[in-house]
Amino acid sequence: MTRQAILDLDFVEARHKLIDLGAFLDRVARAEGRDDFRLTAFHAAIAELAKPAPHAAERILLVFSDPTSEPIPAATTKAACGAWPGAV
Amino acid sequence: MRYIEPHAHMVSRTTDDYVSMVATGCAAVCEPAFWAGFDRTSAAGFHDYFLQLTDYEPKRAAKFGLPHFCWLCINPKEAEDVGLAEEVLALIPEFIDRPNVLGIGEIGLNKNSRNELKVLEMHIDLAARHDQLILVHTPHLEDKFKGTKLTLDALRNNSRIRPERVIIDHVEEHTVKMVLDAGFWAGMTLYPGSKCSPVRAIDIIETYGGERLWMNSACDWGVSIPLSIPYTAMEMRKRGHTAAAVDAMIYQNPHRFLSQCAKFAIP
Repeated sequence: MTRQAILDLDFVEARHKLIDLGAFLDRVARAEGRDDFRLTAFHAAIAELAKPAPHAAERILLVFSDPTSEPIPAATTKAACGAWPGAV
Repeated sequence: MRYIEPHAHMVSRTTDDYVSMVATGCAAVCEPAFWAGFDRTSAAGFHDYFLQLTDYEPKRAAKFGLPHFCWLCINPKEAEDVGLAEEVLALIPEFIDRPNVLGIGEIGLNKNSRNELKVLEMHIDLAARHDQLILVHTPHLEDKFKGTKLTLDALRNNSRIRPERVIIDHVEEHTVKMVLDAGFWAGMTLYPGSKCSPVRAIDIIETYGGERLWMNSACDWGVSIPLSIPYTAMEMRKRGHTAAAVDAMIYQNPHRFLSQCAKFAIP
């Protein structure tokens, strides 16, 4: 597809998602209390978004990822939270 | 349109889902063993689950004219208890020759712990000893990158494993290349809130080619979309992919991988 065709197809939806991100950050800022490592990672990911493509999706995923290589001693939970606490 | 749903947890779904899948062209469904949403308290619970996957569920699917296949294992979320895992693995040979069993899966890691890795290696050894196909689950969110690397190492450390007989599922943009470069198949899971969206899955196909890729819904008891494959096929057509290219991705590719098991046949 041409760039024009992709813009025609996906621009409005991408714009919508971008505004949703802004609204999420506004909502967090409006709320009281402390934030945590997830918001720090989120801002780091936004910085990646601002860099030129390609590989933006990959770079954002890596910002949120555990970069270590050794297994952890034991699993104390089953759930993932979306960001690696050790980055902070 | 025809497609194979290579990863769906139908024991968690309704008969309406079977109707919708068949009506949209689903020609076969494959069901990996997974976590029930709670921890089973004994190996006997897995014995009953394996009976469900190999006896009851194929009969339920057959009522809708849909061939049903399955994979067996203890899933990574219950792999912290190595003793339980050993008991469950000992049950699998009893079921492995049943007509709808395709191999060992979905095995893998969840939080990338030492015990999970040990149980993954036990599963890989079981698959090698019984010459079975392998379907691998990769971890969620922040754990996926590390877990995929650990999984690839575990597979490569077993010289009996042939990469073309292993599919590593739930890949995303940061893991797909390492999986394909190592010679394995890669699965993309189409989820509404995590893993791959349909548009990103198509981006990956356009970036890496569709030679050793498949797509699945992995629909289960959580928020998931049993028709995500036909929906993604529609998106592919919208992006200009030909009907033949769509067929190659959603039917021929899974058919090619799964046919490495002689029991996989679509009437």
